[in-house]
Amino acid sequence: MDVNTNERASAPEATTTADAQQGLRREVERVRSGSVTDAPTLPREPRVRVRPGGAGLTPDLKEVWAYRELLYFFVWRDVKVRYKQTALGAAWALIQPLATMLVFTLFFGKVAGASAPNVPYPLFAYAGLVLWTFFANAVSNSGNSLVSSANLLTKVYFPRAIIPASAVAAGLFDFVIASALLVPLLLWYGVAPGRTIVFAPLFVLLATLCALGVGMWTSALNVKYRDVRYVLPFAVQVWMFASSVIVPSSFAGARWRWLLMLNPLTGIIEGFRASVFGQTLDWPSVAISALITLALLFAGLAYFHRMEENFADVV
Amino acid sequence: MQPIISVRDVSKQYRLGAAGMNYPTLRASIMGMATAPLRMLTRRRNGSAQREMLWALRDVTFDVRAGEALGIVGRNGAGKSTLLKILSRITKPTSGGVDLYGRVGSLLEVGTGFHPELTGRENIYLNGAILGMRRLEIARKFDEIVAFAEVEKFLDTPVKFYSSGMYVRLAFAVAAHLEPEILIVDEVLSVGDAAFQKKCLGKMSEVAHTGRTVLFVSHDLNAVNSLCERAILLHDGAVVLEGAPRDVTAHYLDRANKLYTPVTWFTHAGIGEEVRLVAATSVQRGEATGAVSCREPFSIALDYEIRESVRGLRLFIIVRNARGEIVFMTSDYDEPTDATLTREAGLFTSRILVPGELLKAGGYYVTFGADVKNERIVYTADDALYFDVFDTVEDLQGDRHNRVGIIAPVLRWETARASVETQRDGRETT
Repeated sequence: MDVNTNERASAPEATTTADAQQGLRREVERVRSGSVTDAPTLPREPRVRVRPGGAGLTPDLKEVWAYRELLYFFVWRDVKVRYKQTALGAAWALIQPLATMLVFTLFFGKVAGASAPNVPYPLFAYAGLVLWTFFANAVSNSGNSLVSSANLLTKVYFPRAIIPASAVAAGLFDFVIASALLVPLLLWYGVAPGRTIVFAPLFVLLATLCALGVGMWTSALNVKYRDVRYVLPFAVQVWMFASSVIVPSSFAGARWRWLLMLNPLTGIIEGFRASVFGQTLDWPSVAISALITLALLFAGLAYFHRMEENFADVV
Repeated sequence: MQPIISVRDVSKQYRLGAAGMNYPTLRASIMGMATAPLRMLTRRRNGSAQREMLWALRDVTFDVRAGEALGIVGRNGAGKSTLLKILSRITKPTSGGVDLYGRVGSLLEVGTGFHPELTGRENIYLNGAILGMRRLEIARKFDEIVAFAEVEKFLDTPVKFYSSGMYVRLAFAVAAHLEPEILIVDEVLSVGDAAFQKKCLGKMSEVAHTGRTVLFVSHDLNAVNSLCERAILLHDGAVVLEGAPRDVTAHYLDRANKLYTPVTWFTHAGIGEEVRLVAATSVQRGEATGAVSCREPFSIALDYEIRESVRGLRLFIIVRNARGEIVFMTSDYDEPTDATLTREAGLFTSRILVPGELLKAGGYYVTFGADVKNERIVYTADDALYFDVFDTVEDLQGDRHNRVGIIAPVLRWETARASVETQRDGRETT
């Protein structure tokens, strides 16, 4: 009986689409015969020229800027979804670096006897970890971002660079939460930040740009070779050991320290620590890090741009 | 008059790697199932070992005037989707170029970017932004969108709890309020229930006649005829006809019948060793054809080889429509069969008779397979056959294919005036 009712309910609808089209046709006639709105006056130059190949070396940054609202919405979505899906929500932003700090303090600080100049080891570890965790998450999220947005890439147009960029930017939100814990830690250990604190944002910016460069590159590579998904977490892990997160780069000795300095994260993390702890900044190494970061960013953007026209066909 | 869209010698080539046929993700995403028949044709011409090059579009040239509604028709794999993707800048042409003199909004799918965890309200903003609307613009139209979608009560519920109908309504509502100068639409009208479709058609015509330009791709020739002022017919990636929608759709149906080439599988394309599909053909009135009339019965002919005798072998086909929904499945066990019988090795032909007045117009994909029931799958070949089902032009006015449901069988209605006795007893008399 129920089944019958259902069938009966949908049967009359069957005719309505035809009715709709009849009505539509009448409406079309009406509009056509009378008050059709005037066609818009067209610009002399096309708004968009679609041509094979891409112009320029990097994605059109002006266009990315024009789509900044979309960037904002993607960041907003990432943050919102992450905190909706987890029971602890924003607390995870704290737990990750905090737990790692405790492990480091126990194993490297107590057992292996790692120490930091002028600062208690836990504070040293946490300051480094806050920035490192941001960088590592930003790189792995943006590296996978294009592949996981495949449905968008094949259905809508917008500057593709927005996707990895928003994945990096979403990480900043966690970073702000995690770095807030630095304040009580500084108070607890009685370390005064000093005037150098004004340079801290510079290092956050550099870490962001570096993550952006690496993220652009890996996300584009990931579209073509899905192996990236598996290599990335491992590579990021190895990278941490070379980034003076656990021990200061001075541990490597004067002979090998330059090698660590080629890793921009070394200079960025040490610079961030120095500015938070009120220590003197090693400007030459900051300059090297900044240069390498900019080079990475440019290379990442250039590679991304070379690949982006095929994303929709390959992903 | 200056065109708002000018398409000049646009060609698009896809390179299908040698491994492409075996790598499901690559294969599925390059052009989707749509190109399956084309791909098989190319392979037949070029031999199987080479890298396959596929011209999805070849030297396509046309203009669209501002305020015009242009329909694009053609069978699956003709290049319609590729053309829309190039016009909406999702992919770039291999050669040639397109000039767009207005802001483009494209609806290749409704609900792109919807996130199940976000609420209806949040998704309106997110989806609007993805489609290219500004935040202020969305805020201004917010109430209108909500009213159109009829989801007021569930605005703050995550869309994962929405019924599929609500979900689609909301998705379309956002899309419908996009106000670009050029609107590119791909088959989105085939969503929702009939009442909602009616609303969507109304909205589309509103868009089409407020000076905006609409490019519309659909299998629904009715909709093309009523919405568009001009239509172009694509075949094998080239424009073969341009003109009044009625002429173009009529020509399309006519031509679809004549241009069909049956597909033959020369290589071992399926998965499994003991059985191999040699050819799959749709046949109507004794002729192999890729376009069958829905009015008359037709048959699906399968040529296959059983390479090793298998005990209890069952051969089957699964027929899917263009939306991927399974329309029906049938097997040779539909004939009285002894399940313990052993099928001997050899070459066979099976013809499956499909009655007329059953399928709706549209594209259909056939998967061929063999299994031992409840035991194991012996062989499968996805997309073994593609065919289009058409209604005859005269009947385009009719409502049969606008019915809801996956199939549109024409059934007998036996109606008789109920006698007084029957009404009282509630019993049936003959």
